[in-house]
Amino acid sequence: MSLTRDSPQTEVASAPAPVGDPGAPAPHEPRRRGVKWFATVVLPPIVLGIVILIGWYAISYGLLEEQRRFLLRPPHQVVQKGFLDWGTFSEILSGLWSSTRVALIGLSISIVLGMGLAIIMSQTKIAERAIFPYMVTLQAIPILAIVPLISFWFGTGQTSRVVVCVIISLFPIIVNTLFGLQSAERGAHDLFTLHQANRVTRLRKLMFPAALPAIFAGLRISAGLSVIGAVVGDFFFGRGDVGIGNLLRRYASRLQGEELLAAVIMTSFLGVAVFWTFGLIQTRAIGKWHDGAAN
Amino acid sequence: MGRLLQTTTTGSLVFDDIGMVFPDGTEAVRSASFTVERGEFVTVVGPSGCGKSTLLKIASGLLEPTRGQVEVDRSRLGYVFQDATLLQWRTVQRNVELLAELHGVPRGERKQLADDAIEMVGLKGFEHHYPKSLSGGMKMRCSLARTLTLKPPVFLFDEPFGAVDEITREHLNEETQRLFRLEGFAGLFITHSISEAVFLSTRVLVMSARPGRLVAEFEVPFDYPRSPDLRFDPEFAKLSGEVSHALRGAHS
Repeated sequence: MSLTRDSPQTEVASAPAPVGDPGAPAPHEPRRRGVKWFATVVLPPIVLGIVILIGWYAISYGLLEEQRRFLLRPPHQVVQKGFLDWGTFSEILSGLWSSTRVALIGLSISIVLGMGLAIIMSQTKIAERAIFPYMVTLQAIPILAIVPLISFWFGTGQTSRVVVCVIISLFPIIVNTLFGLQSAERGAHDLFTLHQANRVTRLRKLMFPAALPAIFAGLRISAGLSVIGAVVGDFFFGRGDVGIGNLLRRYASRLQGEELLAAVIMTSFLGVAVFWTFGLIQTRAIGKWHDGAAN
Repeated sequence: MGRLLQTTTTGSLVFDDIGMVFPDGTEAVRSASFTVERGEFVTVVGPSGCGKSTLLKIASGLLEPTRGQVEVDRSRLGYVFQDATLLQWRTVQRNVELLAELHGVPRGERKQLADDAIEMVGLKGFEHHYPKSLSGGMKMRCSLARTLTLKPPVFLFDEPFGAVDEITREHLNEETQRLFRLEGFAGLFITHSISEAVFLSTRVLVMSARPGRLVAEFEVPFDYPRSPDLRFDPEFAKLSGEVSHALRGAHS
């Protein structure tokens, strides 16, 4: 699945697989609720969950002596102080909301920018050759390496957090959109040529719809990355409202183990929720005609 | 005199000394000249890779011949590809409407054309199905219906039934024959199946292996409508045998 067959410098191992969707669950089977279904589908994650809890308690109480127990508080204390204490929980929620907003703004910019660039690249080979190496380079820079530059240019407020999100989530959208736009069958292109379709018609009625499955795969990856970008951005750019990343750092420095774990758990929920939401949108949008989207 | 007559013939589709050499040096077609009139169904049979499909690509303008020229009105050219080339995201109805859409036909008229075409190929009741839920034969019918909406005076078929099973293929052959009788287009059909060629055509042309040259021509005398049982007629077998013989000669 080489993306640009004639520009060898773009064969980057770190490039996400265009259509493959690493986190996608296995295709749905017709739901046959029964003992077997319960034993093979519902039970395993519950059992593993219990094992993890037991292990957690074992470490908290067995491995860590009293004065080092702050490193891993037992589960019930985490629930008590992190989730049931409204003061803490509302702080975590508002941090999450701040980061979610940053992630969504960043993701939106990435979608517009990424799809725009991909469409331009799909229209002329020259644009593709010109732009692609820079996209790969941008993708290859570790985000930490450009943090100082970002704060130098954009300050330490929300703008910088959004910029981090965009940089981190742009690439999969470009790559997947471009791959999708180029995936329309040769025969279908011949058909459009035969009937004198112009560039815009071809893009609108053939290339873009054909690209949708790949675009959605890219969106799911990028949505997850934008959450990561927001949290990372919080770490470095703390001015303005307090994001979840900022809270994580604060809890850690104050040795507030319960709050820290609660915040980590909530952050992972956010990631899952975002991934799941985009999966749902995908199924709604293309599930009717595209097989791979039916999950 | 004869030459003059040739050039003044106003066939629906005229190949005039067509030659095709690809940039890599492969010579696909060498001096092919023939005419397909309205109401004629001409089939080209030949070994695979002999440049049969190239003829259609040249006729349709998808390829520019390196020699000679084609006379044909390309504004409403029907072209059925080897694959059904349906758009996966469109229902049968919307797939059939596509060409009319590309030609700017207004919505109401487009729908009427599609309805008629869908009826004609026997896909009624499947209008709202997506291609992924259709069988190979049904996809091909859908592709036929899509082309029929153009009411094309010239109809090109590029081995359209090569990928379906034998029984479906025979059904589709009967269907095609019925459409031909109904619409009276000029048909040019590419296949490597001799029985398909003889069953469908008014005339069969045999093409040699690369470089493709037309080496034999057979008039098919059977009246339309042709019954499926024609395939077991001794006359049919005899003609098929002759075509087969010519084809074998063309192979070596």
